[in-house]
Amino acid sequence: MPIVLEHVNYIYGQDTSLPVYALQDINLVIPDGQFIGIIGHTGSGKSTLVQHLNGLIRATSGRVLFNDQDIYAKDYNMRQLRSNVGLVFQYPEHQLFETDVFTDVCFGPKNLGLDKQEVELRAIDALRKVGISEEYFKQSPFELSGGQKRRVAIAGVLAMKPQVLVLDEPTAGLDPRGREEILNQIAVLQKETGMTVILVSHSMEDVAAYVDRIIVMNHGKVMYDDVPAKVFSHYQELEQVGLAAPQVTYIMHKLREKGLFVRDDVTTISEAAEEIARCLEISP
Amino acid sequence: MSIVKTEKLTYEYIRRDEDGNVEGSILAVDDVSLDIQQGDFIAVLGHNGSGKSTLAKHINAILYPTGGTIWVDGRDTKDDKELWNIRQTAGMVFQNPDNQIIGQVVEEDVGFGPENMGVPTPEIWQRVEESLKAVGMYEYRKHSPNKLSGGQKQRVSIAGVLAMHPKCIVLDEPTAMLDPSGRKEVIRAVRGLNDVENMTVILITHYMEEIIHADKVFVMDNGRIAMEGTPREIFSQVEKLKELRLDVPQVTLLAYELQQRGVKLPDGILTHDEFVEELLKVRVGG
Amino acid sequence: MLRDITIGQYYQAESIIHKLDPRVKLAGTIVFIVSLFLYDNLFGYLWAAAFLGFVIKASKVPFKFMVKGMKAILFLLLLTVIFNLFLTPGEPLFTLWKLTVTKEGVKTAVLLVIRLVFLIIGSSVMTLTTTPNNLTDGMEKAMGPLKILHLPVHEVAMMMSIALRFIPILLEEADKIMKAQIARGADFESGNLIKKARAMVPLLVPLFISAFRRANDLAMAMEARCYRGGAGRTKMKPLIYQKRDGMAYLILLFYLAAGILVGKVLL
Repeated sequence: MPIVLEHVNYIYGQDTSLPVYALQDINLVIPDGQFIGIIGHTGSGKSTLVQHLNGLIRATSGRVLFNDQDIYAKDYNMRQLRSNVGLVFQYPEHQLFETDVFTDVCFGPKNLGLDKQEVELRAIDALRKVGISEEYFKQSPFELSGGQKRRVAIAGVLAMKPQVLVLDEPTAGLDPRGREEILNQIAVLQKETGMTVILVSHSMEDVAAYVDRIIVMNHGKVMYDDVPAKVFSHYQELEQVGLAAPQVTYIMHKLREKGLFVRDDVTTISEAAEEIARCLEISP
Repeated sequence: MSIVKTEKLTYEYIRRDEDGNVEGSILAVDDVSLDIQQGDFIAVLGHNGSGKSTLAKHINAILYPTGGTIWVDGRDTKDDKELWNIRQTAGMVFQNPDNQIIGQVVEEDVGFGPENMGVPTPEIWQRVEESLKAVGMYEYRKHSPNKLSGGQKQRVSIAGVLAMHPKCIVLDEPTAMLDPSGRKEVIRAVRGLNDVENMTVILITHYMEEIIHADKVFVMDNGRIAMEGTPREIFSQVEKLKELRLDVPQVTLLAYELQQRGVKLPDGILTHDEFVEELLKVRVGG
Repeated sequence: MLRDITIGQYYQAESIIHKLDPRVKLAGTIVFIVSLFLYDNLFGYLWAAAFLGFVIKASKVPFKFMVKGMKAILFLLLLTVIFNLFLTPGEPLFTLWKLTVTKEGVKTAVLLVIRLVFLIIGSSVMTLTTTPNNLTDGMEKAMGPLKILHLPVHEVAMMMSIALRFIPILLEEADKIMKAQIARGADFESGNLIKKARAMVPLLVPLFISAFRRANDLAMAMEARCYRGGAGRTKMKPLIYQKRDGMAYLILLFYLAAGILVGKVLL
């Protein structure tokens, strides 16, 4: 179920003397099954953008189409949309409220009006997908570790069986181990279910290894929208707006400057190592 | 001169179930002995739950050891009479920028510490000005903290500690909740304090790129010190860092991968320039 | 959503009113409110309006900010007017369906509107020209003598000032949690009162937990910065009366005396 944004603008404080243009003329097509990274620094409009995808924020002008239907149409079923486009907010563990993990995950599907059995099946399935084993089901969510809490919160959204999963900075505040675990789990999930996953982040390195497509946001506009290697080739422009390409991009460019003609479109460490080794004519 | 010294420092907390029965105990800090010299830039690395924050809270006498001893500027933290002296000597900056700013105007927040210490009014103003200038936030002195970015808020928090004229500043994951540009801002400010004012800095973090400039690094795991040494010594042990599942700077990792492929690079490369230089040497040599 | 609520708004400007000691402004507001209830003729209120106009002009705060505060109580205002208009017994003016409007009713209603409007505008002059911190400082100092009675004046002032700092943060947080729960299919709008109250649980529980976590963090941060209550504390911005404060008190006294003369005795 593709999402299409046509000329979306979002302005707040319109009635004041200082209106803020949070989004300006956004045009995007998000087809099924893609793994997308949205990158931008704080205030670039990336969080505002993703809240348009499930109708939490209504565009000031422009259209948002989900599965070819205008979500701003009069009789459009917003709740249905919100179950189809699952949105995991920043620090999602802050929204946990039930007395045990399992009941909390049931909250979403229960709101969809499903029967008890279906609700529970979905909750079990969602918790399994994020790697929370059964021994934790009856525990209070507040007794878990930071990384576990976050995974429970993600399960709470997964249990609604969304076709599109949007995660707003899912690794914020986690330690390296927690970051890696969450990102790997999301990648596996994407591969297994084939659902569309949109990862919002301010770290290129975090997303470079996982996504098929990167959308760079700057000052409420789409700055770049392309495959990672193409986006990173603009590393100087990215730097200017306070973003950075992965470290390897810089290293590869420096090597080329010094006369070692390595390819500069690699994005991960292992690709880079292979490429350098190839150039040094040492076969692995 | 030693500013923070611990000897067999241990902190054990007891877990109780709902009825208050003892379920078990956890050694958050386990037999840690270290000695930090005045003017050092120290980094403490480790996962959440490795005991690094618990250790930090001992330096400011927020927690007291259940075993062993910690001295701050020669004072035993268990000595009640020294409590306020210790807190003045070792200032502390915490993780969440929103939860440690008390004032509603930047300058008032920075003045909070000196006010508590009973510093005379004209001197408070002087200290506030100096501290805000030291972290580059002077022009924001009349602003509301709510309108600042995360990095700016943390710099205000650092200024708030500086205004107490401490000898040592402990930062407990000050960048964990910030975006990359905020992280850079804060680290730049902290390095400035160490370089220019010779302030002892104890930086607790899990971001590798923040510790490259430290004089000494302690890696904590399960409440113990698992590794200790200069950044170069630490990063030479990529295998061990991977085992602890800690980040390794990308360039160090790239050098390591090339080593695995038979390229003869030295251990512990930390910067891009270093890497490029060494690689070109290999090329000429090979 | 929730962020639209504004509490204790402060309008930054360089004016004599902004610079006045908060104790003067507190006293002034109280005197002004009391005066409103002393007058019982039109001239008294004209005098009050003139005084208020003079203060507003001196404060350099645009008038529309004063009126903004009125919107919130418009409904309340309307209700009191209707009640007074129709329910005050006395000399009938005219009858609408079964309700009689009396001369006394009109008089009370008009008086009430004037009093309430002046009261609101008068107090917003204080909040618009005084930072919340300054205001709590003023209250702390003004109530200083109560310390002798072992009332925790400093602690209460500190609590108020911290509460004021955290209100916007918690409002923003509430907004975020609400959105997150809506994204999980929660419905905060439909249903009867009981259903609505139950729907608040997923919002209130996380909000309380967050407030406690923040309180805990803040207490630690304050201790780390040597906070140990009011004793032995100095002030970065101590409240010291200036010449202009004395002048302001005199003007205030003049306003009250002249007001009583005009609004009560003379006519």
